[in-house]
Amino acid sequence: MQQEASVRGEGRGKETMEFRQSSALRQLWETNLEVFQRDKMALFGLCIFAVFAIVAVFAPQIAPNDPLTPLKNNEGDWIKDAMPYWLAEPGEDEEEGYTNNFLLGTTNIGRDIYSQLIHGSRSALLVGFSAAAAVAVIGTVVGLLAGYYGGLVDAILMRAADVAFGIPFIPFIIVVSAFLDPSIWNVVVAMAALLWRDTGRVIRSQVLVIKEQAFVSAARVSGASDLRIIFVYIAPSILPLTFLYGSFAIAWAILTEASVSFLGFSDPETISWGFMLQDAFNSLALSREAFYWIVPPGLCIMLTVMAGFFIGRGYEEVLFPRLRRM
Amino acid sequence: MNRGVAYYILGRFLQSVMVLWIIVTLLFLLFRLAPSNPLASYIDTTFTKQQEAALLARFGLDKPLGEQYIIYLVNLLKLDLGDTFSYSGKTVLDILGADLPNTIYLTLTSLLLAYAVGVLGGIVMAAMRGSAFERIGTTFTLMTRAAPQFWVGMLLLTFFAFQWKLLPSSGIGPPMVRYRWETEWDKLMSPVFWRHMILPTFTLALYLHGLPLLLMRSNMLEVLDQDYVTMSRLAGYSEWRVMIQTAARNAMLPVLTALTLGIGYSIGGNVVIEHVFSWPGLGRTLVRAVQQADYPLAQGAFFLIAVIIVFMNFIADILYSLLDPRVGASAQAQVS
Repeated sequence: MQQEASVRGEGRGKETMEFRQSSALRQLWETNLEVFQRDKMALFGLCIFAVFAIVAVFAPQIAPNDPLTPLKNNEGDWIKDAMPYWLAEPGEDEEEGYTNNFLLGTTNIGRDIYSQLIHGSRSALLVGFSAAAAVAVIGTVVGLLAGYYGGLVDAILMRAADVAFGIPFIPFIIVVSAFLDPSIWNVVVAMAALLWRDTGRVIRSQVLVIKEQAFVSAARVSGASDLRIIFVYIAPSILPLTFLYGSFAIAWAILTEASVSFLGFSDPETISWGFMLQDAFNSLALSREAFYWIVPPGLCIMLTVMAGFFIGRGYEEVLFPRLRRM
Repeated sequence: MNRGVAYYILGRFLQSVMVLWIIVTLLFLLFRLAPSNPLASYIDTTFTKQQEAALLARFGLDKPLGEQYIIYLVNLLKLDLGDTFSYSGKTVLDILGADLPNTIYLTLTSLLLAYAVGVLGGIVMAAMRGSAFERIGTTFTLMTRAAPQFWVGMLLLTFFAFQWKLLPSSGIGPPMVRYRWETEWDKLMSPVFWRHMILPTFTLALYLHGLPLLLMRSNMLEVLDQDYVTMSRLAGYSEWRVMIQTAARNAMLPVLTALTLGIGYSIGGNVVIEHVFSWPGLGRTLVRAVQQADYPLAQGAFFLIAVIIVFMNFIADILYSLLDPRVGASAQAQVS
């Protein structure tokens, strides 16, 4: 799944971005603004994240029940496999001794699916954004150092990227999360350890172009140190690229976390959309055609991943004007 | 082929060997991270201390780490991946050898399907740019890339296997039929096998088609801007002839590289689909091995997948440099 970024990266690396300097931070702000003004889909992506972020923050208030505790009827038995109230036969709930107010029904051990869905947004966003932030920081620093210093530094960092490209992604995450304690943070670290490779390569190739520009030589002549040149003069021009790859990284991280949870390598105490689907899959929800259980978590994953794609494409269009007319 | 290219290929090859060696070393260290000693699930509580020690000695686990590493490297070079814990009497190589063909059939069929649809789709999208059809098509493609593969697989299973009972839900065939397959050829000639492959292939291809489609579309739009395309338009060729013969041929190059890379990455990424459809391939074996703490098997599967990925990355690099002279020149400069 990481191949899109790599292939894109290699193609785009040769295309030169429009470099505009002047006040670097203001420029960055304007680029960000331009992305969301120009591209309605990018704005839509941002709205999707905003909605899910609100849901995630207020999850305990929004969710009607605890996502992990099985619900019980009057006789103290689990309310297993209740249909959503808009699908269930009227009166069935009273016979079984409970009131059916479940928007999406219950699982095979009586957990409220809707509450799980609400709580699932927490791990998705947490994993997505923290992994993307780590990927963006590592990739940017590696790209800056490799591109600016060249020589041995470049050779070592780029061979490290080759190694990261050679390690099978999902198998690596599975093995790491199985060997360490099951926690979403191990998944985040494992993803960050590999996914910086695309960002690093692309930013390196852009730095190679920028460091030949007049303003960099001017800074050098005026006695600025290497680190100052890298982080004060060069970094602001490539930061939009960092945002581009960061947005795609959010998407990949959410998808990967879902896959790993689906395969059963996540913390069973943390509800995530991938975990819900694993639960449904293992308890044969498929053969019971329990669409109310299978469809919602997948839709949520798809929406958040698409939000990342939309924002990433918005940056692409602004950064690589040749793509604009598409 | 001139000498520069030969040197470039040799250089890249040596680099790939280095990369593989580093990965193998990381793999060795990674598996030393395992929660308890690698034999934990193997050693029975009734074992005496002597029996335990004998077992550790048999697997070389009583030796210092450095020595273990050397033994490990030598064994890998001899392609001796050890014995599994969970399947008695079988070596890791036996199991992976049986899995690998299944993974390859699934991956290659899906990739071919996905790239055929993707390339054609990309040409159509480029030709119809700006239309409502193009917007809907591109959005659909983005959706297939955003939807988790296992979820798409689950939905297809629910409809085609459970609700309409049209297709089998898992595996590569019932035991009665599998029993009769003595060779891989028998398997490939069996309609039952192909019927089992329909759903996983379709799920995988649906996911994979997005990359070639989007890549082909943007390459086409780029190529259509070039002078030679304008020239063939001016020469009075029909629009479709310009599209297919002139533009598409040139836009294909990056897609071919993506296909080569895709073979490696799909084999590593098939884990989830193989799990959903209980497809007996490398990915499913890896997941099971990790779950059952069968470390030699997990390590072997991981190693094999890594070898395939590094090798395909190497091939893609070479292809790219041979097909695109600009890359060749800069690549040669890099090596020298």
